[in-house]
Amino acid sequence: MENKDFNLENIPADQFQFANTAENLHDKKLKTKQMSYFQDVFNRFAKNKSSVVAAVIIIVLLIFAIVGPLFGNKAYVDSYRTDTMLVNYQYLKPRLPFMEGTGIWDGSTVLEVSENRYDVYRGMEEEIGHPIIQEVISTTTTTNVFNETSTLYKIRIDSYTALDTFLLTLTADQYLEIQKWQDETGIQVILPRVKTDVVGNNNIWYQSDRKGNAKFDADGNFIPSYYTSGYDDYTSKVRLENDPWTEEDPSAGWRYAQRTGTAESGYNYVVRLSAYNYFIYRYGFEPCFAFGTDARGFDIFSRLANGARFSFMLAITVSLINLLIGAIYGAIEGYYGGVVDIVMERISDILAGVPFTVVTVLFSLHLASKIGMVPSLLFAFVSTGWIGMASRVRMQFYRFKNREYVLAARTLGASDARIMFKHIFPNSLGTIITGSVLVIPGVIFSETSLSYLGIINLDSASVTSIGAMLSAGQSCMTTAPHVVFFPALFISLLMISFNLFGNGLRDAFNPSTRGVE
Amino acid sequence: MYIFKYILKRIALMLFVFFVIITMCFVLVKMLPDMPAESFGKDMELILTRREGLGQIKLHRENGQILYVRYDSKGDILRDENGDPILTQKGDPLGRPWYDRVPILQQYGTFLTRAVKGDFGVGETYKLGSEVWTIFKNRLPYTVVLNLTTILISIPLGLMLGIFAALKKNKWQDHLISTGVMVFVSVPSFIYAFLVQYLFFFELGWFKATVDVSNGPFSWSYIFTAIPAILSMSFGTIAGFARYTRAELTEVLTSDFMLLARTKGLTRAQATVRHAMRNAMVPIFPMILGEFISIMSGSLIIERMFTIPGVGELYIGSIQAQPAPDYNFFMLLTIFYTFIGLAAGIVIDISYGIIDPRIRMGAR
Repeated sequence: MENKDFNLENIPADQFQFANTAENLHDKKLKTKQMSYFQDVFNRFAKNKSSVVAAVIIIVLLIFAIVGPLFGNKAYVDSYRTDTMLVNYQYLKPRLPFMEGTGIWDGSTVLEVSENRYDVYRGMEEEIGHPIIQEVISTTTTTNVFNETSTLYKIRIDSYTALDTFLLTLTADQYLEIQKWQDETGIQVILPRVKTDVVGNNNIWYQSDRKGNAKFDADGNFIPSYYTSGYDDYTSKVRLENDPWTEEDPSAGWRYAQRTGTAESGYNYVVRLSAYNYFIYRYGFEPCFAFGTDARGFDIFSRLANGARFSFMLAITVSLINLLIGAIYGAIEGYYGGVVDIVMERISDILAGVPFTVVTVLFSLHLASKIGMVPSLLFAFVSTGWIGMASRVRMQFYRFKNREYVLAARTLGASDARIMFKHIFPNSLGTIITGSVLVIPGVIFSETSLSYLGIINLDSASVTSIGAMLSAGQSCMTTAPHVVFFPALFISLLMISFNLFGNGLRDAFNPSTRGVE
Repeated sequence: MYIFKYILKRIALMLFVFFVIITMCFVLVKMLPDMPAESFGKDMELILTRREGLGQIKLHRENGQILYVRYDSKGDILRDENGDPILTQKGDPLGRPWYDRVPILQQYGTFLTRAVKGDFGVGETYKLGSEVWTIFKNRLPYTVVLNLTTILISIPLGLMLGIFAALKKNKWQDHLISTGVMVFVSVPSFIYAFLVQYLFFFELGWFKATVDVSNGPFSWSYIFTAIPAILSMSFGTIAGFARYTRAELTEVLTSDFMLLARTKGLTRAQATVRHAMRNAMVPIFPMILGEFISIMSGSLIIERMFTIPGVGELYIGSIQAQPAPDYNFFMLLTIFYTFIGLAAGIVIDISYGIIDPRIRMGAR
């Protein structure tokens, strides 16, 4: 229809006017800040306080696992390779330098000891000069039917200075070396040999009866019972305070070693050593273990860090491999569906049905001797572990594969692989990341349980796992609870934080499920 | 009728998966080297006869006597000119019975026919000479009693805590319970076991470190001495139930039908018990059923820690037997654990459809 009044083709020029008379025209800038998906996720995550705390704890534990092994004194940690000296330093209590004298975490321990043992500690204090007994908490005296009284002392002692003195056979060179070191530092490592009345107790340097009860002189002092004859070839100037030795009459002094062997074959010297001072001589620092030492004398701090590092490495490797296999398997299942899905689901059904313990046992029996314990453990974890990831990915693919954008991509000629990994996969990333993270505590938990049960044996001098440490600590729980405490604390903290962290992550990635546990 | 067909289908599928797993495990176990019979010393002939009975090997006999091979001074087997070993009747200290290995699949056939009759052979390296099935049968009640007690304690407590937390949602009671649940769900059960042991055995001295099995599994003395073990297991189970119940109930409590129930005049308690609980139970009930099935398998760690003579302890024992794991025990327990796992899964699935008719299982 033609309208004469409104001829669109011939509008007179004067009827036009500028819509905007300003000189410059600009696009309006977006007032809002643009935010990527991951920024959004991060913001949501940061709002969840408990998850943030959990994340921080996990990071601290991770740093502990990575850096911890470097902190242990290398000379001490590695000395198991050369000898069994470490066992003299077993069950040292946890000690932090700045907690000295507080009674907690200062290397002290409360013991209930007989009078005889109490005298041993007093004697050691007098002989070596380190304070041992920090506090006598209570004494109880009991009388038995034979009218003999015995006293029990409840005392707090320093577990480091209370270390038993021990005998060691040295070659002439080693003997001289220690003496030289003694002269340089003035620290008495070698103690005079004692005429032991109590067999096997090298601490008793004073006269005592056969049971080890000390005999005192009139002033109530210990009466020394050192050897005063025999050859010791002791030239060091460092001697005990009461030593009758004088420059003029060296033969009067106590004997610091027992010489064995002959001049032709070279002499050996059996010496009695102060464990605490020998430690300083041997390892170059005063003993102080933040987490104490275990039954074999290993430093729990560096051992736990080692075990933690191993656990983390295993778990992260397993998680990555699971992600790789699971993502591909699940993607194929979910994307193609139908017969492919049914057949592949049956395969994963069968694998999932095998109890995990059985899998581990079979793998370790078949492979451990050929490729080693750790790789076979890795195989065991991966062989059934990927199923969870695959089913997760499969669900996501079922959800997304009929969406319009997939259809559009297919219409434009995208290949199946491209649609799977370029279009669908990024959309299901949230679920997949959450799943992968939660694999880590699962693996650590299984590995700990299995090594605790001894089904997998990871406990050697160089490698350990938290489970093996727990299992070793259980036997000495009454006397040295710290051996089991620190590994237990570590695994508990780790599990709680990972659970919280995982919950937070899931809520952050998928706000619609927030609040559903 | 429909559900019946579905159940049949699921069971058939389960049996198929079960069969495949057992076959796989059997073949894998048989691919491991057997304990050499020589290491049994004078029991050698006995062990080999037993193995023959289980269809694992074939001994050579003449007039009912087992034939031996002999070794020469270098330790090689004496052979005739054809390379066949010379077999003699009387064994001397340097000889050993001569046998052929039976192919694995043939062994599997024998294994299955015997297993159906409840015969799994006798222990070779673990519990030497005792019948595997009898030992297992005697051990099972200990595990079941222990776990049954745990569950019977845990279910009501867990449900109550969960309901309470859901009703007090976002109040301090809820926060307290939720935090506790978080801790107890996360921390592995053997950590509580340590605490329980430390507290009850060493500090308080209320219990002995071993359980009293003199009166059998169905006695008060057993249950009483196993209290530390039961406690260590309950914490996690209670927390698990509480968490699940709370999550389900909070979701149901906010649904529209609850509003309707209140609108038509029900009190809050009435609405919660009659409407919310029934709906919340839909996913919880199958979970309880699943727990009841898996009580059979017990907890390896707890049984080991508290020296409870159950199947878990048997399993660990057979794996750690020296010098080699006991494969007869191992096979039986593998079958057992696999079956329990699969059965629990299927029961959970089916019970969904039964307790809530709206859920049509397997429907497209």
